[in-house]
Amino acid sequence: MTALQEGPTAVLLPEPYADEPSLVDDTPETTSLPWRSRFMLAVPTLMLVVFFLGPFALMLRTSFYRRIQGGFYEPDWVLDSWQRLGTDFYTDRVLFSIQVCLVTAALTLAVAFPFTWFLTRMRARFQVPLLIMILAALTLSEVIVAFAWDLILGRSSGITNILVWMGVMAEPQSFTPGYLAVTIGLAYIAFPYCVLTLYPSLSRIDDELVEASQTLGASPWRTFWSIVVPLSKRDLIAGFLLVFVFTLGSYIIAQVLGRPEHWTLSVFISDQATFNSNIPYAAAMAMLLTVTSLAIVGITSWLGRDKVAAT
Amino acid sequence: MTALTESASPPTAASSRAAEVGGLRLEGLVRRFGSITAVDDVSLEIPTGKLVSFLGPSGCGKTTLLRLIAGLDTPNRGRVVLDGEDLTATPAHDRDIGMVFQSLALFPHLNVRRNIGYGLRIRKTQKDQVANRVDELLQLVDLDGLADRQVSQLSGGQRQRVAIARALARNPALFLLDEPMSALDANLRESLQVELRLLQQKLDITTIMVTHDQREAMTMSDVIVVLNEGRVEQVGPPLEVYRNPKTVFSATFLGSTNLLRGRKLSGPNARINGCLFELDDAGLPPVGGAEITLSARPADIMLERSDTAAASNRLPGTVGFVRDLGATFECFVECGFDEPIVVQGMSRDLGDIGRGDEVVVHVPPESCVVVADSPTASWWLPDQAAS
Repeated sequence: MTALQEGPTAVLLPEPYADEPSLVDDTPETTSLPWRSRFMLAVPTLMLVVFFLGPFALMLRTSFYRRIQGGFYEPDWVLDSWQRLGTDFYTDRVLFSIQVCLVTAALTLAVAFPFTWFLTRMRARFQVPLLIMILAALTLSEVIVAFAWDLILGRSSGITNILVWMGVMAEPQSFTPGYLAVTIGLAYIAFPYCVLTLYPSLSRIDDELVEASQTLGASPWRTFWSIVVPLSKRDLIAGFLLVFVFTLGSYIIAQVLGRPEHWTLSVFISDQATFNSNIPYAAAMAMLLTVTSLAIVGITSWLGRDKVAAT
Repeated sequence: MTALTESASPPTAASSRAAEVGGLRLEGLVRRFGSITAVDDVSLEIPTGKLVSFLGPSGCGKTTLLRLIAGLDTPNRGRVVLDGEDLTATPAHDRDIGMVFQSLALFPHLNVRRNIGYGLRIRKTQKDQVANRVDELLQLVDLDGLADRQVSQLSGGQRQRVAIARALARNPALFLLDEPMSALDANLRESLQVELRLLQQKLDITTIMVTHDQREAMTMSDVIVVLNEGRVEQVGPPLEVYRNPKTVFSATFLGSTNLLRGRKLSGPNARINGCLFELDDAGLPPVGGAEITLSARPADIMLERSDTAAASNRLPGTVGFVRDLGATFECFVECGFDEPIVVQGMSRDLGDIGRGDEVVVHVPPESCVVVADSPTASWWLPDQAAS
């Protein structure tokens, strides 16, 4: 009898509330995914395991192998390679690599962001040839780029000769090998990637937003900083990370355009792997590089997401 | 032609003072895009404190003209003069304007308060002054309590109000509106039109509005500028333009009309389709025998039974269709023109007239306006521009 009385009272909820439970009941899919969605998720997961985690595990394992002097290596569990990494020299190299790549990323973005902004504001008939030229630059191999910059920044045939001819400089000067040459070379390689990362979102910024800012008294320069940059914050971070990770793995540029003190960790990895045949040691360094760059990507995107959410 | 400043409402102290200085003056503006001339030699005088509408179909150059005034585009020829100061070469950010864009162009990364205060912060206004002004504006546009909302959390009408408040924040000399209500649904649009017009009158701010909606232009304007193919067709107060259209385009774009083509006779008479018409329009071409076009609004002409046929101003015809909407009716009468003559009236006056009936369309002299095929002389220039 009491149960019967409770029944109707539960149904007789006030009108606005009566609808709510049924709304929740209508979506049972949220708890269990249909098999099709599961399959779609499985494909990228599998690829991630096969092409990323697998090699990563192999490399981790290799870093514990024992090196045989003058030749090969054999499976073992030794810490030789990791102990060598712990020395001051390699801490210094890791920090230097990160510093070079951060400087390069900042430099590339400082050039690529305004460039891409003006590119997206051009008419299509000017945009397309420029985009094709940028894509064409991607076909150049890193080796060619490195030696080209070596020539451009060198003493005998470099740009300083033009400056001397113009009377700006007293005598031709060489910037290569050097820190400047390394950053310029790396920035050059990374520039097209950075432009292509920024292009889609910058081209979507409505012209009327820019014009509205101008009618409110903001100069084009001011508009760029208070409207365009904040609206592309996420893409700036993405571009920055892309250039950073990309240049961290590049070794030819640093090797050709820098002195040994300008060599990044990647140069030492390739050096150990190809010239010294010390694969376990190269693997340990590669692990260090991967973990470092993952950490920096993680920290930057976390900081970036926080900032975007706050505004 | 009446001067613009002598329009419907009596001139306020502010507007009569500005008439001496000049308000906004456009002098022979031309803007070409490749082979297309978007704005073709436009000269206008816009009095201070009035709301002027640029009315025309899409592609008539009205938005381009507004952009030239805002400084978002540069004319190929001509000048933009505000209160005696030549602004033609001044970039938008140095002009004293506030503009509401068609897309509203609210900054998506800023909340309501920061959107409205943007122009003030740019001008390095004190923080507390910005806050006070923003509160004042929020109250003005009825958005109290929404200051901290994100733009994406607002309804269409609320966004509209934010855009208006943002444009007004700096108390601009010119308030520019580019099809400001095109994104809103019909009901909201109608009520906002009234509200915006009242706001404009309260602030006594010189306003230029671009629209293709004749209802909007009639509702809100002190002066309507009818634009077609980059040229000014007619300028005048809404009712003046409606009642005395100067060109075929003005007559057809602002309201619907019947165009009657015929020949001028000597004296104030014309012959239309073999019928004698008496006219009392002062703007008649002087030459007898010239071709003329008359515009007669559907609501200004009458239907009569064929047995009432009289001497002049009556066209015999056959009723082709009657659209009776209960309160009003529209009757389409075939009178031997390409198009049927449309007669509008109150349903209770329709009587038993129906399809196929022989009727007479009575076009009284005061309903006939002679219209030109294109704008000709500078008759539309206000008197003050000449002096």
